[in-house]
Amino acid sequence: MRNTLKSIFKDGKFRLGFGILVFLLLMIFLYPLFVPNPPLEIIGRGTFFPPGVYVSNLDSVSGAPIYSLTLADAEAKRLASKLSLEDRAEMKTYLLAVGVPEEQINIEDTAALLALWAEKYDPKLNVKGMIFAKLQYYRRLNDKLVSLLDSEGLILARETDGVLEKTGQVLPLDYVNIGEVSSVRVLPLGTDNFGRDVLTELVKATGVSLQIGLIAGSIATAIGLVLGLISGYVGGWLDDLIMFFTNLLIVIPSLIILILISYSISQSERGPTTIAIVIGLTSWVWTTKAVRAQVISLRNRDHVNLSKLSGHSTASIILRDILPYIASYVVMAFILQISSAILAEASLSILGLGPKTTLVPTLGLMMNWAMIYQAHILGKWWAYFPVIVVIALITFSMNLINTSLDQIFNPALRE
Amino acid sequence: MADETCETCLSGTNLTKIYAFGKSRTVAVDNINFCFNAGQVISIVGESGSGKTTLAKMLLGLTNVTSGQIYFRGKPLDISTSKKRKEYWKSIQAIFQDPYSSYNIFTKIDDVLLDCIHLRGGRKVPKEEKIAMMEEACRFVNLKFAELTNKYPFELSGGQMQRLMIARVFLLKPKILLADEPTSMIDACSRASILEMLLKLRDEINMTLIFITHDIGLAYFISDEVYIMEHGKIVESGSADEVILNPKEAYTKRLINDVPKIYEPWDLSTVDYHL
Repeated sequence: MRNTLKSIFKDGKFRLGFGILVFLLLMIFLYPLFVPNPPLEIIGRGTFFPPGVYVSNLDSVSGAPIYSLTLADAEAKRLASKLSLEDRAEMKTYLLAVGVPEEQINIEDTAALLALWAEKYDPKLNVKGMIFAKLQYYRRLNDKLVSLLDSEGLILARETDGVLEKTGQVLPLDYVNIGEVSSVRVLPLGTDNFGRDVLTELVKATGVSLQIGLIAGSIATAIGLVLGLISGYVGGWLDDLIMFFTNLLIVIPSLIILILISYSISQSERGPTTIAIVIGLTSWVWTTKAVRAQVISLRNRDHVNLSKLSGHSTASIILRDILPYIASYVVMAFILQISSAILAEASLSILGLGPKTTLVPTLGLMMNWAMIYQAHILGKWWAYFPVIVVIALITFSMNLINTSLDQIFNPALRE
Repeated sequence: MADETCETCLSGTNLTKIYAFGKSRTVAVDNINFCFNAGQVISIVGESGSGKTTLAKMLLGLTNVTSGQIYFRGKPLDISTSKKRKEYWKSIQAIFQDPYSSYNIFTKIDDVLLDCIHLRGGRKVPKEEKIAMMEEACRFVNLKFAELTNKYPFELSGGQMQRLMIARVFLLKPKILLADEPTSMIDACSRASILEMLLKLRDEINMTLIFITHDIGLAYFISDEVYIMEHGKIVESGSADEVILNPKEAYTKRLINDVPKIYEPWDLSTVDYHL
């Protein structure tokens, strides 16, 4: 037994799959210790805030100590962030119109572009062939650039009875230490359509989905195993009866049964456990078939015959002489059942038939929300892409574990 | 032929087994009659496919009889319910051809033997006594219990496994032992010792030994009675001397001729390749 375990862990595939799974589990258990916020807390007033570090504006202006730093590229960076690509292109058009050779204009180099602009722009000049509206636009653009170049900074003022009273000034050289700003929130994956932190939600959803997979997988494997053992070992009319129902369920696609059952349970009663049980009750079919086939090949083996002759009961023969032989197979079936249950939950939820939406997130529900609010059309990748990655990682790791176990238990597959 | 004259242990009348699958029907055992006397060594000889193993399975109650009747100690054998089957199985044991598949690979040797003691109602026997019984059984088959303890059966050689099988039978003490080609997968040296142990065991616990083999020389060596089977039928039967030294049937003569002899050229002309 210990040797088997050792050889399992020597296998590269198994280690990769197991590593991914352990990583996900550690995330699920450790993340809430560092970020104790409830996963469905709405923090953003608006939809789909992009990933990043969010620093409180008020706190950084009034609360934190000010440091003066002379950074040479600070101004250029500030300008660069304010000057959009469209504005730069328009500036180039103007400069070309007033006769600057094209090779002298580099719209990537903000400082050079501004210098050129300051030299060549004349608000009074009537450029030939340029409509009035366009000239007005350049005037506005010039005003904006002048205010950008202003080195005085901003004045902070408080209003009392219609009178403004200066309370402070923010200079271009002023900096705050992000560690000293009292309110900073890192949103590594931004927020979703309801303004909830996607990462916190995702970690919780992974946990819930794995739980659904585990419950559904256990139910499916347990039913499949028991029915397969009875059907395969006992045989006769019991076998015929079990196979009749199994074949019936094979003919009807299980997703359709799943959709019908989910639909008939009202939304308010569909918790993750209910969904897990429903998935488990509809996906045992192929485990039964596979276990039955294995048992039939085992039941006429000599050691089973000897056990019968020795007077052991049917239950004891099944438990001692059949079950250990198919245990490795059942473990593998169980792993596959978990991953397929997670996928089943995701496909149910994306259709809007998943668990109740207000209490817990699941991977499928997150996809559903992202889809309803058109995250994929709006290009808000952080709302759905990480979910896809997690689903892929879970099924990938489970399948890796499964195939590597297959190689361990079945010597014929070893390379 | 279930006559009451001999002290029958097992007998059968018009025993037939047909394997039917869809439209194809295979007659494995075809209307045979036999009478095995208690305490004797009976050999059933035939080549592959002659129905020996099917007959063995029927005698063991592991497969249904298509028609005909088996008698156990003069009474019709009734194994219709699992309770009656268990009762019958208390008095019959088997040793199978392939020692490598006869053991549960997840059970240690100690448990294999302990199981036999428990089945004989020795569950409450103190531990030391159980070990003494297991040691005795192992000594009987020339194995050392101390070397076997905490090992798995597949760690032994084929001959050792087959001897362990005999140790099992020694502990179970059945009335009938059905040995289905127990030596066919074992080298010639181990074969002799295993046969000797089987005969010794027969004397020890006074059981009937039904020995199934394709080796007519072996059958002559150990048995009191010999039954020759061909294509599911018993073609000749009688005492070992009678059948093998004075064969009447052509098939029996052929079986005897097919045994290679060291000092004579092997007559291959009798071999029928179309079989």
